[in-house]
Amino acid sequence: MMSGVDNDKRRFLTQAAGAVGAVGTGFLAVPFLSSMKPSAKAEALGAPVEVDIAKLEPGQRIVVLWRGKPVWVLKRTPETLQTIPELDGEVLDPRSDQSDQPLSSKNEARSIRPEIFVAVGVCTHLGCSPVFRPEIAPADLGADWKGGFFCPCHGSKFDLAGRVYKGVPAPVNLEIPPYYFASENRIVVGLEGEKA
Amino acid sequence: MNRRGDAFREWLDERLPIGQFLEDQLLKYYAPKNFNFLYFFGSLALLVLVNQIATGIILAMHYKPDAKLAFDSVEYIMRDVDWGWLIRYMHSTGASLFFVVIYMHMFRGLFYGSFKKPRELLWLFGMVIFVLLMGEAFMGYLLPWGQMSYWGAQVIISLFGAIPVIGEDLATWIRGDYVIADATLNRFFSLHVIAIPLAIIGLVVLHLAALRTVGSNNPDGIEIKKNRDLVGIPKDGIPFHPYYTVKDLYVAGLFMAIFAWIVFYSPEMGGLFLEHPNFDPADPMKTPEHIQPVWYFTPFYSILRAIPSKLGGVVAMGASIVVLFLLPWLDRCPVKSVRYRSPLFKIALTAFVISFLGLGVLGTKPVTELYTMMARGFSVVYFAFFLLMPIFSSVEITQPVPERLTESVVPLSQRKGFQWRLIEEGIRALEHVPVRYYLNNLLARLRGKN
Repeated sequence: MMSGVDNDKRRFLTQAAGAVGAVGTGFLAVPFLSSMKPSAKAEALGAPVEVDIAKLEPGQRIVVLWRGKPVWVLKRTPETLQTIPELDGEVLDPRSDQSDQPLSSKNEARSIRPEIFVAVGVCTHLGCSPVFRPEIAPADLGADWKGGFFCPCHGSKFDLAGRVYKGVPAPVNLEIPPYYFASENRIVVGLEGEKA
Repeated sequence: MNRRGDAFREWLDERLPIGQFLEDQLLKYYAPKNFNFLYFFGSLALLVLVNQIATGIILAMHYKPDAKLAFDSVEYIMRDVDWGWLIRYMHSTGASLFFVVIYMHMFRGLFYGSFKKPRELLWLFGMVIFVLLMGEAFMGYLLPWGQMSYWGAQVIISLFGAIPVIGEDLATWIRGDYVIADATLNRFFSLHVIAIPLAIIGLVVLHLAALRTVGSNNPDGIEIKKNRDLVGIPKDGIPFHPYYTVKDLYVAGLFMAIFAWIVFYSPEMGGLFLEHPNFDPADPMKTPEHIQPVWYFTPFYSILRAIPSKLGGVVAMGASIVVLFLLPWLDRCPVKSVRYRSPLFKIALTAFVISFLGLGVLGTKPVTELYTMMARGFSVVYFAFFLLMPIFSSVEITQPVPERLTESVVPLSQRKGFQWRLIEEGIRALEHVPVRYYLNNLLARLRGKN
């Protein structure tokens, strides 16, 4: 009887069983891993946010929360807007070709209306929220500082159009969220238009 | 009573030979006779692990892993739970001291070449424990849901977003949401309390099993198993019990005294062990002015910050840990212990230790141009130590290694090198200084009299 053992057959059966088991384990891993994705509830919580900018003074910035992230609304002065093209040589992506923004904001001031700047206040490096530093040439940021945003975590610098300076860790400009003007003084963040 | 005890032991040994196991592992396990203070940290790590598990079990009874309740539940533990403050401070102090002990333990390996053949696997198990411990500490730090918890986690999870193509999806999958949120807190609690501790315990068992197989290294870096007496016992070995159990217990006592001092007098350690911004609840609208990880992550964090590129920084930080895994294959020198290695290696090791500590200090400071340049310099030294190691370790001229074990600490008079002569001179000069006179004078001045 012992001499009748077909070792090839045994090996084939062992390997086949092993392969089927591995495929089964692979299928079973899917629900385990998928369960860790954002839940349906988390996905549904992306409702747009309305911002009233009637009381926004020139040079003032307000912060609202959209999808758990801070969104900045800044009213820029005409002087500020003039500094933006002057910085083209110092920023990494002056035309915002590599950066995230809706088409309506892909322009020099990176906004729909030049004076109203809306951006997601999350550094494109590692997700800290940069600090608003509007003052000109403060001691810690150097004499060339024309106002902008400074990330305290890793030292990334952005100008007042959210464009990242060269030589800092952040790779691209600040993200501009989809938004539109519902009326003269009302912004809706999260949608690009009434019907979008 | 005695006969009954013997009968019970016999009954047990027939079913599960615990007695035999303990005898083999404690009485018949021969460790090198010249262990010095650097050899305490392994058993101290085990002690801290037990502390973390014991205090963690109690904390999990009162803590609420919910973004709305977490911060308050920690304050509840601190104020309303009987002795809750003590148990929480024991846990948080234990976390920091765990890393003190582990870093010393790893340094010991580097110092005496304990990672070299035949102990490569032992080193690898240890490195996996180290990585798991970093994960455990990182996830645990999110749980109080303070400002540093929140923004620290935001930064570290964003690291995964730097991976090309799958990065952003991977970061979202880890968070379970598009930002750090309740889902993240809840899963970190689960991983911190169940998954990672289980894995750590399993790996500690493997680490110890591998240690018992190859035997401990020693300050001379020679194999005691090569010199056996007639019955096969290493001539330079002493039974682990009672010699090292007693020695370890003595140090455990000293360690616990230091531990208690921190718990009772300085649980925050001036913001190093528990950072000040973490006493504010998490606020997704505002990043703290100076965000930094807890001290034990700062060397690696400094490397991340030193590189002015997102992907480059993440790769460098990952590489700084990966090179540690490769250590057994980077070091080509057949001599293990630093005692018999060349001045070249001693200088390289000193430069490495200085740069590691330097990176650690810089990681706690805000970013400035000078600090960034210094961090870059230290990062270069850190990597140069490992990447040049295959070269300098294969050409270095070593000293002859002894046949048998020598002192646990080499006496000053026997050390070679002019720096030891300088220290000797210094000590000799001090002998003539009337220390007590100066001390009394100083004390009198401090009291404000005379």
